[in-house]
Amino acid sequence: MSDNTGREPMLEMFIFETFQLVDQLEQSLLDSEKESSFEASINEIFRIMHTIKGSAAMMLYDNISSLAHSIEDLFYYLREKKPSTIDSTKIIDIVLDGADFIKNETTKIQNGLDPDGDEAHLVNMINNYLDSLKSINNDSGKNTKEENESREENEQKYYISSKKTSDKFDSDYYKYEALLFFDDECEMENIRAFSVIHDLEEVADIISYYPEDVMNSENDSDEKIRKDGFKVVFKTNLGISEVKDRLSHTLFLKSLDVYITDDMFQESIKEIPDNSDNNVESDPLLKKQRINIELSETVENAYPKENYDKDKVNEMSESQNIPKKEHVSSGSGKQSVISVNISKLDMLMDLVGELVISEAMVTQNPDLKGLQIDNFYKAARQLNKITKELQDTVMSIRMVPLSMTFQKMNRIVRDMGKKLNKSVVLEIIGEETEVDKNIIERISDPLIHLIRNSIDHGIEEENERVAKGKPPYGKLTLEAKNTGGDVWIIVKDDGRGLDKDKILKRAVENGLAIKPESEYTDKEIYSFIFLPGFSTKEKVTEFSGRGVGMDIVIKNIQTVGGTVQVDSIPGQGTILYIKFPLTLAIIDGMTVAVGKTRYTIPTISIKESFRVKNEAIIQDTEGNELIMLRGECYPVLRLHSFYKIKTEITDINDGIVIMVENDAKTICIFADALLGEQQVVVKALPKYIKKVTGISGCTLLGDGNISLILDIAGLF
Amino acid sequence: MAEILDNILELEEDTQKGKFLTFVIGNEVYGIEIKFVTEIIGIQLITEVPELPDYVRGIINLRGKIIPVLDVRLRFKREFKEYNDRTCIVVVDIKELSVGLIVDSVAEVISISENNIVEPPDSNTGFNNKYIKGIGKVGDEVKLLLDCNKLLNDDECDNLSKIN
Repeated sequence: MSDNTGREPMLEMFIFETFQLVDQLEQSLLDSEKESSFEASINEIFRIMHTIKGSAAMMLYDNISSLAHSIEDLFYYLREKKPSTIDSTKIIDIVLDGADFIKNETTKIQNGLDPDGDEAHLVNMINNYLDSLKSINNDSGKNTKEENESREENEQKYYISSKKTSDKFDSDYYKYEALLFFDDECEMENIRAFSVIHDLEEVADIISYYPEDVMNSENDSDEKIRKDGFKVVFKTNLGISEVKDRLSHTLFLKSLDVYITDDMFQESIKEIPDNSDNNVESDPLLKKQRINIELSETVENAYPKENYDKDKVNEMSESQNIPKKEHVSSGSGKQSVISVNISKLDMLMDLVGELVISEAMVTQNPDLKGLQIDNFYKAARQLNKITKELQDTVMSIRMVPLSMTFQKMNRIVRDMGKKLNKSVVLEIIGEETEVDKNIIERISDPLIHLIRNSIDHGIEEENERVAKGKPPYGKLTLEAKNTGGDVWIIVKDDGRGLDKDKILKRAVENGLAIKPESEYTDKEIYSFIFLPGFSTKEKVTEFSGRGVGMDIVIKNIQTVGGTVQVDSIPGQGTILYIKFPLTLAIIDGMTVAVGKTRYTIPTISIKESFRVKNEAIIQDTEGNELIMLRGECYPVLRLHSFYKIKTEITDINDGIVIMVENDAKTICIFADALLGEQQVVVKALPKYIKKVTGISGCTLLGDGNISLILDIAGLF
Repeated sequence: MAEILDNILELEEDTQKGKFLTFVIGNEVYGIEIKFVTEIIGIQLITEVPELPDYVRGIINLRGKIIPVLDVRLRFKREFKEYNDRTCIVVVDIKELSVGLIVDSVAEVISISENNIVEPPDSNTGFNNKYIKGIGKVGDEVKLLLDCNKLLNDDECDNLSKIN
């Protein structure tokens, strides 16, 4: 998100919302596929498509909006007519294609390109399907089609130009008044209000709205809307439930009141002709009385009077339930999440870091020495506690649950299963595990690759599985868990497992095996699959087998400080363990002093630290120093001479030796003294200072001093 | 009418134009354009970073932001002088790069109109200082106006990073 800073806020919001909606869409499609029924999610899909259509049209992305429009039509038909014979798989495929298209186009927009994809093909496909649906389910009505067409006409007019011919609404209309409140944090209330008007203009004649100057961003209309809500008066021929429905699709809507206004009321009652089903819903609290009159008049024909109340109560409770249900299904905690630019978080983290330092400067001020100030220390302890908590909270803000990444895998498993004709069930465990945002972004691609590999190479085809006495459904488990400072992601399948002999043979052929074949352990053999250019798959498929990939997976995971291990039981499956740190921004480090400078060594690479006697040092002919320890020789790197730092301690007796390891290579670093171990926040060196050998960044210590972080791999 | 408007806009844009922050190194007074300067701080604890040219003294912690500091004295190949109370770090922001310049002391902010600034003598007349962009005349005094870009970036630094 960090590259979005320069973009218009509207556009940024559009991109963010669209991605979020498409994700929700995929999720509800996959859910409904599992239950093989649409019932539950038709409304949600319709709502999502409607929102995408509206916002894309507002941003003038015609291809997205017309595609969304045709999907919306399809679901409108499904929702209104509830056709009996529908091919849910076909619909899911179509809509997923549509979702992909929208995602692609939005990605283009995000990258600053024009969304130039051609939607006509998809739109045609959807329309054809809709037509075929209609002809199959012809019994349910000709007028639906007409209704749809007239709808379409309305909409199309809007796409060409938003001018409105008001004479269309001359007869058959009612006058409504709507009061909308937006979510507290939604921002840009005036633009949201404007989009409401824009949306209504499609179907209604706007009479007036308050505040009137919503599009003038210079004034305080935002404030007014936040405080008093946005009020709009309009005329339309839609029933109140349709109006409510339409308005309730508004993004970030907090509350909505719609009622028929007084002056038109008498008239409207007379004019309500036959759509009695539409007029039952309304705001039960505010305008109950009014609605009561209206209802009792309108339903007179359809219902015997004594039954009416009961019916009304039923429908009322239904109408109240619907939004509740929607709220639950629209994803855990979606409503209470706001998106924040990462750079702001970084700034916040810097500031908190500063706060911690200034706190130390106050409470450990040398002027306080020798003073009897108990109350001060009490207060200082409190301050210390709060700053600590603040620091922890800021750190945790960057943490995001893995669930989004994991949920994406559902789609991949489904698509691949279909293409390869394998039935695979994905089990997800521990998706709530939280990881730093940077890491999540980089872990997603490798994970996709591993899952594809498992399905393509690992899981057998159905008949093969049955022959082996396994259940016909392949099972893929994706598990995340948190252990100490590390996160494990485990990808497990119950497929055929890795073929040890084949891997070893291929490794020898490619000259990758350096030891005699008999000396390799199982794990070492399995690890060959991570080497570049290694593939035992005879045939290259669309998804995998080219031998590029596993090494890239490893590289990607290594860039976030992670490792991969593989284990396998022939005939029973393969397990991949990915281990990576919770966050890149914080590492455990050992701070050492060399002269006046402080260096931090990542604790992960430290094996041990010890003092040595001069006698243990051996010098080779080049003057390089070596330490003999437990029968092995290790090279010594004196930091002070390596970096030419002035220090008092040059005798190896006086300082400390820290043994560090990287990639099976070991070196002993000589420093003046150990200062202690602590978690440090990694910061990059200023750009002006170009690369320094063996230094990966710097960090601020508790006393405000800077410590340089050693890059162990760079020291060798 | 449009002309007047343009003039007003130009004026607003250029309130910082022609203003220079002057500082002292040894006996000379140097000036840098005020638009580059973000703040002036006293001397702070500097963390040395290995493998840098000697005039880059290291990095400092400026309210959580880590910025490199250059000793202008050493940059001009003068003797090193111990830092004292009057030593200042002038923080400049050039092309989104924050750098601290260590100077003996900061003098004042002055306006020098364009017709009081003269080009430095041609380098082939023997005057050879690539850091000087112009020479400003204020009363009887002469201020050497520095080119900040050249002060920070030069071939030496690039060469050094290539060697590494």
